[in-house]
Amino acid sequence: MSSSASEMRFGMVIDVDKCTGCGACSVACMSENNVGVLPDETDKIRSITWLRVYQIDNGQPYPNTQIAFFPRPCQHCAGSQGHHTPCVSVCPATATDRDPKTGIVSQIPTRCIGCRYCVAACPYHARYFNWYDVPWPEGMDKPLSPFVAPRMRGVVEKCTFCFHRYQRAQNKAFTSGEAMGEMDYQTACTEACPSGAITFGDLNNPEHKVHELKKSPYAFRLLERLHTDTAVYYVSAREWVRRQADNYLSGEKLAKVQAGGGH
Amino acid sequence: MDDSKFWPKGTTRCKPVHFGLWMLFCLALAGWALVSAFLCLYKGLNQTNMNDYFAFGVWIVVDLAIIALGAGAFFTGFMNYVLRREELKNIINAAVIIGFICYSGAIMMLGIDIGQPIRGWFGFWHANVHSMLTEVMFCITTYLIVLIVEFVPLILENRQINKVPDLHFFAHNLHTIMIVFAATGTFLSFFHQGSLGGMYGVLYARPFAARGGVLIWPWTFFLFILSAIAAGPSFTTSIVMITEIVTGKKLTTHKVKMLMAKVSGSLLLFYLVLKIADTLYWAFVQTPAMGLSPSVYYQAPYGTWLLIAELGIGGVLPCILLLSPQVRESYWILLLAMLLNCFGVTMNRFVMTIQSLAVPVLPFEKFYAYLPTWQEWGISAGVIAYGFIIFSLAYRYLPVFPQETKLNPTTD
Repeated sequence: MSSSASEMRFGMVIDVDKCTGCGACSVACMSENNVGVLPDETDKIRSITWLRVYQIDNGQPYPNTQIAFFPRPCQHCAGSQGHHTPCVSVCPATATDRDPKTGIVSQIPTRCIGCRYCVAACPYHARYFNWYDVPWPEGMDKPLSPFVAPRMRGVVEKCTFCFHRYQRAQNKAFTSGEAMGEMDYQTACTEACPSGAITFGDLNNPEHKVHELKKSPYAFRLLERLHTDTAVYYVSAREWVRRQADNYLSGEKLAKVQAGGGH
Repeated sequence: MDDSKFWPKGTTRCKPVHFGLWMLFCLALAGWALVSAFLCLYKGLNQTNMNDYFAFGVWIVVDLAIIALGAGAFFTGFMNYVLRREELKNIINAAVIIGFICYSGAIMMLGIDIGQPIRGWFGFWHANVHSMLTEVMFCITTYLIVLIVEFVPLILENRQINKVPDLHFFAHNLHTIMIVFAATGTFLSFFHQGSLGGMYGVLYARPFAARGGVLIWPWTFFLFILSAIAAGPSFTTSIVMITEIVTGKKLTTHKVKMLMAKVSGSLLLFYLVLKIADTLYWAFVQTPAMGLSPSVYYQAPYGTWLLIAELGIGGVLPCILLLSPQVRESYWILLLAMLLNCFGVTMNRFVMTIQSLAVPVLPFEKFYAYLPTWQEWGISAGVIAYGFIIFSLAYRYLPVFPQETKLNPTTD
């Protein structure tokens, strides 16, 4: 399903130049979605962070060193040029799906068989396998959110754009009889970001801020050249940041392959 | 304990004590696998060294390798029953047993490999028709049933079981309709060997694995079929030859082995031409279009030596050897060539699985390496032990090789 056929397409525009790398988005995400703390959180290739914040630098020595941060939720790819969403098309048990109405890629942990084929298919490392039973120490189960089921060992999980919040906003709209507004559905990370780097909304809706922001000449997406057609846009006025969003041959100009700004 | 009355008529076998010691060794390996399997099922896949970067590990490599090597079963069956190469009836039983071992072993391994083994059937119940893995699950399972049907008549031909008239006739009748199963097996096998390759080719966001193709099938679909049917007959024949060396007997004529070698070599040549063309296009056209240079793919420890090992030592070299009539005449060089062919296909499955996942796609990601834990090795060794046990029991008690009595006359 290509994005153009979606009624709505929820997505983000993340201003990399505003992100301070504080990690509040990650923490808010974990709390909102009942992501547990594993016995060994130093093992970063097994720990679960639905929204991981990558730190990058411009590779220059001091005093010319610059750093930037890429908060990376699931990119909710639509796939383009004849491709499906990379992870959705490979799952043998239909445990993940892309909702054409919202553009959100869902995950059904209770149907996941744990084959991890989707993990292999995702180039963004946005999918996490539960290698361990998540220990919920005495009392730590009390603040669990009742809206998101905790996952069991042996299944894959990932960012859902806080889909339960979308459902709640829909319920509110239904009972009030009014249309769902932009601010009725916002993800936990968007609300938690202290510098306002994350903007969330319907990319197809001209009334939503993201619709305009994604048209910025400085907007880009991660790995555009792979035609994954992601729903997460980044903005940075710094060219070296934009260049690190994709792979380029040495000497290849950024502008030549830059496809950001439209979808 | 004398078990000679169960041996195939007119044959001799090693002493029960020797056989028992060999079985004990195999059972020790199987015990290692059982401990590993228990730990993985009880404590979870954290007992392995797989992680969110290496979502697949040595088990998938072994799975893909043994399924490719087990292709000797369907392809020999196809040549014997469908193409009517009668001389291959002298090796078809061994091919079926090896195929059965490979496929059942792979399925058992997958049962440990998935995070929720109890939900394994969801792939059938909630099948996603777009997934290559769904097709693999369906075809491997149904083909295993075909292999069981092909294996049953051989079991029923055991000297004692065959004395039961009903079972004797049942086995005979199964034999007469075996062409139906051979044809079904060929159809199923072609598709799942291809789908296993397709599994990687469709990963369009993983530049190392991704390939173009025709309609819904990436080129890896066809390359996996070809490499499997090139290596399968070599594997079957090399197992027969190793059995000959271990038992000190001649089990098939050398003519049969040479025919298998010629088939293997010809298919390997066909495969290599396409594989090299595919590799060149992938390295010099597809990869730069994604903004990458092939050097990104080959970083320590997964250097270009892998390419040389796979396509050179495990490809071009055995191809030359297998297509050379003089080499085919020589028992030992023939065996070496066939083993090299098997090595090549195993390397291909390793590279497509492990190297595909090692290569970072995001420019700011790291290049990781992976080493299996003893539990992962244990389960891999267990599949090999399982193969040893089934093949040893089959050889001892079933008339696997029709030419054995003629080639090894006894005084009994």
